[in-house]
Amino acid sequence: MIDSTQLWTVILGLGAGSFALRFSFLGIIGKRPLPEWVLRHLRYTAVAVLPGLIAPLVLWPAATGGELEPARLCAAAATLLIGITTRNVLAAIFGGAITLYGMMYLLA
Amino acid sequence: MASASSKSAYWRGFKDGAPFLLVVGPFGVLFGVVATEAGLNITETMAFSIMVIAGAAQFTAIQLMQDEAPTLIVLATALAVNLRMAMYSAALTPHLGSAPLWQRACIAYFTVDQSYAVSAAQFEKTPDWTLSQKIAYFFGAVTPVCPMWYVVTWIGAYAGTAIPPEFALDFAIPITFLAIIAPLLRTLPHVLACATSVILALSFAWVPYNLGLLIAALGAMMVGAQAELMLSRRVKP
Repeated sequence: MIDSTQLWTVILGLGAGSFALRFSFLGIIGKRPLPEWVLRHLRYTAVAVLPGLIAPLVLWPAATGGELEPARLCAAAATLLIGITTRNVLAAIFGGAITLYGMMYLLA
Repeated sequence: MASASSKSAYWRGFKDGAPFLLVVGPFGVLFGVVATEAGLNITETMAFSIMVIAGAAQFTAIQLMQDEAPTLIVLATALAVNLRMAMYSAALTPHLGSAPLWQRACIAYFTVDQSYAVSAAQFEKTPDWTLSQKIAYFFGAVTPVCPMWYVVTWIGAYAGTAIPPEFALDFAIPITFLAIIAPLLRTLPHVLACATSVILALSFAWVPYNLGLLIAALGAMMVGAQAELMLSRRVKP
């Protein structure tokens, strides 16, 4: 269970922080351009954070007590594959969900 | 005349933003469901979507809080996910930077993946547009996307309470993120950054306070940036 004080701290802090990031250049720094090396690093933030966040969730899911589990593994592989081939986020989500439920049904 | 052309710019933005309803809709419902499953009530779930208005960061924060990560780590990691917003802000500044402060504040709040993507593309195509046309276009693109984010979060939060655990919703976050990441793997540096992130996150999973993820993210950003630099040097003799 998430502690309510922590939750509200995160909601308010993340709200303020996200606004600060969005307002940064537009509001304060103005028209001065960002150094190229900063932009180069910023381009990779999404692929740097999200894969690391979910890798343990895929390999060691909490729902199975951290054991590798074939249905979830197949669903993850299907999502990635469909996402790479179609470049369509929704198709990948639906494909992954169908694989997950299909495998869970077959393995049950 | 100026107001008439602003009006048409607004509707052009609206038209360009509308297709994103297909992405934002299910994504927002999913956030409402996941947040409810994590024990958040409707007020807390809605506050999240209204204050933060960034899906990936919201999912990240919920996941880390469920993992009982300390507050500072939750904030640092979720903000790292949102670092791209600073890049969007920088990209929009040449076009919208001369708007009055209160308008820039509104634009900043509504700077999301979708409004940035269509606006940056449009302003590139029509650099001769006036400031008011550009602002009208931006808010046109925001109109179908952002209010919908609140509505679908609310729908998901209500639906979430009715979904039984057999549906393996624990896996909604990994599947959603995989679906977001996959289309981003369009260049070799992106693939390398992604692989670095996975390897480092798994090898540093033992580090307390979920700090391993921040280490992995930092390392992966550096690998991506370095790879890009080396590739561009090889292309240009």
